[in-house]
Amino acid sequence: MSNSIEISSLTKVYDNTKALNDINLHIKKNELFGLIGPDGAGKTTLIRIIATLLLPDSGTITVENLDVVKDYKSLRKIYGYMPGRFSLYQDLTVIENLNFFATVFGTTVDENYDLIKDIYSQIEPFKNRRAGQLSGGMKQKLALSCALIHKPKVLLLDEPTTGVDAVSRKEFWEMLKNLQKNDITIFVSTPYMDEASLCDRIALIQKGKILSVETPENITKQFGKQLLQINSDNKYKVLKDLRNYEFTNSVNSFGQFLHYTDKRSVPEVQSIKNYLNEKGNSNINIKEIMPNIEDCFMDLMIEDKN
Amino acid sequence: MRTIISIIKKEFTQVFRNKTMLPIIFVIPLVQLLVLVYAASLDMKSINLLVVDKDLTPLSKELESKFTASPFFIVGNSISVSEAEKEILNNNADVIIVIPQGFEKNITNENSSELQFLFNAINGTKASIANGYSQRIVYDFNQNIILNSGNLFPETAEFQKINIENSFWYNPRLDYKIYMSSGILVILVTIISLILSGMNLVREKESGTIEQINVTPIKKYQFIIGKLIPFLIIALFELAFGLTIAKILFKLPFEGSLLLLFGSAIIYLITMLSIGLLMSVFSETQQQLMFIAYFFVMVFILMSGIFTPAETMPQWAQKLNYINPISYFMKIVRMILLKGSGLKDIINELLALVIYGSLTLTFAVVKYRKRA
Repeated sequence: MSNSIEISSLTKVYDNTKALNDINLHIKKNELFGLIGPDGAGKTTLIRIIATLLLPDSGTITVENLDVVKDYKSLRKIYGYMPGRFSLYQDLTVIENLNFFATVFGTTVDENYDLIKDIYSQIEPFKNRRAGQLSGGMKQKLALSCALIHKPKVLLLDEPTTGVDAVSRKEFWEMLKNLQKNDITIFVSTPYMDEASLCDRIALIQKGKILSVETPENITKQFGKQLLQINSDNKYKVLKDLRNYEFTNSVNSFGQFLHYTDKRSVPEVQSIKNYLNEKGNSNINIKEIMPNIEDCFMDLMIEDKN
Repeated sequence: MRTIISIIKKEFTQVFRNKTMLPIIFVIPLVQLLVLVYAASLDMKSINLLVVDKDLTPLSKELESKFTASPFFIVGNSISVSEAEKEILNNNADVIIVIPQGFEKNITNENSSELQFLFNAINGTKASIANGYSQRIVYDFNQNIILNSGNLFPETAEFQKINIENSFWYNPRLDYKIYMSSGILVILVTIISLILSGMNLVREKESGTIEQINVTPIKKYQFIIGKLIPFLIIALFELAFGLTIAKILFKLPFEGSLLLLFGSAIIYLITMLSIGLLMSVFSETQQQLMFIAYFFVMVFILMSGIFTPAETMPQWAQKLNYINPISYFMKIVRMILLKGSGLKDIINELLALVIYGSLTLTFAVVKYRKRA
């Protein structure tokens, strides 16, 4: 069997809300798998169930052929888990944290030093500093080092890049890519769509439901419509006018631009321009672009609603 | 084993790195022993007494001088009962003695007379102690009259031979400090063990570190032992530290075996640490834990017999004390230190603590979950 994590018809209910609704996912061995979705979509709940911290209401998960409910003890030995919130001891130093986690996993820092060398060497100059006094990026590197110190088979990362600067985020993803070489299955959740393209495969999750599971390239390919990027002098007015336009399928704001899809199979750029000019907008620029993950996500969300 | 040692090591590092911890460990016992022992003393040295002498005879003067001679009373005079009552209302007097007119005459003629005592009982303890002291003085005074009139009434003279001599066992000088300091020591180790262990576990919940710990192969028993042992050691150290202070400052006697004392302390502390653990299972924040702990500790301490002997409590309260671990240990400590009791004498209390400890520990371990 080449799957590392098998999730089938998983459901978790909080009070009356379905936090997770019939989730089915198959994550291959050695895969860098991204769970992408906005806050409150159910990412943390799913990761915590896989991590044996929460019990599912129905459905099953097996990881490396072990059941998360029955075999949680064995699973905790092969997991590296990094919770969304920094969860190491802030009053212990970097090296004390690392040694502590190495010991509780029955190993030593020296034994698996190769695995964490690239990451740990960056924070080693600060090894006698207390974890609480590290910067966000360094904390995250320490947390990753601690999660890896026992050479886990499966790495579960819950929003590892939230609250981390752009440079550290990029570095972090490079580290994950490097880790794949060591036969580790990596399951990572993130609210940042731009990080999705760095994963082998991604699952888009919204309101406890998986919208799509694909490689990042295929997800954008599945985007069935032509996407237009529009900008003008007054973005807000254009947005408002387009929402009242009879052919508008979707219009969303992306930075300084608007991303627009049309109800017609082939959008008529000139007629859109004319409509906007009539409404008193100036300097209108329209061009066709390739959709990104976020466009796909928005599109899938609308589809899901209908 | 390596895991447990590593957890213990981690706990000690954290405790000693916490800037408020060291003062808590060293300053609190000193302050508690110094302030509470001196402040809570029941030895009363300045009872304000007003004498309303309506008799004004040598005998009434003699009675008054008995009070003046006593170290416990500050004696004043008042012309009338209503004047004296006003002083009680203004809180300037604690006791009034009314010596009625014809006091001396009645004693010589009719062989008996009456005295009236009025006590300010706002503070009931103070009033009853003042009452005890006054009774004692009047009793002595009475004995003297019988003695002096012995020649006239030979049959009553027989009574004078019964002379009451009190001897206070286990605390011969009725030194209140010995009683109090032994009690304060119990409170001290109770609070250190209960609150520190509870707070520590809840802190792991609050800071989220428990989330990381839970996804490790650490077994429940390893985690709990690793958590409890550091605080057991700290509390035993506190006990030793407190005992030393009490020995030096109050000459607290060590009549019994210290080994037995520390042995019982370990059993008691395991009970308190388990209660702390149990409270932390039911609390999500340190604040919640503090309120739960405050409630139990307050009730347990006041019922434990630290200020008033548990035996004088009403029946229902004494029954309630069966579930009060502090009262058992309070008894054990005083019996070993003051009375020199051996294992045989405290076996019942000790057994109660063993049962208590195993029940709470089991319950806490069962209730402690590594996942939701």
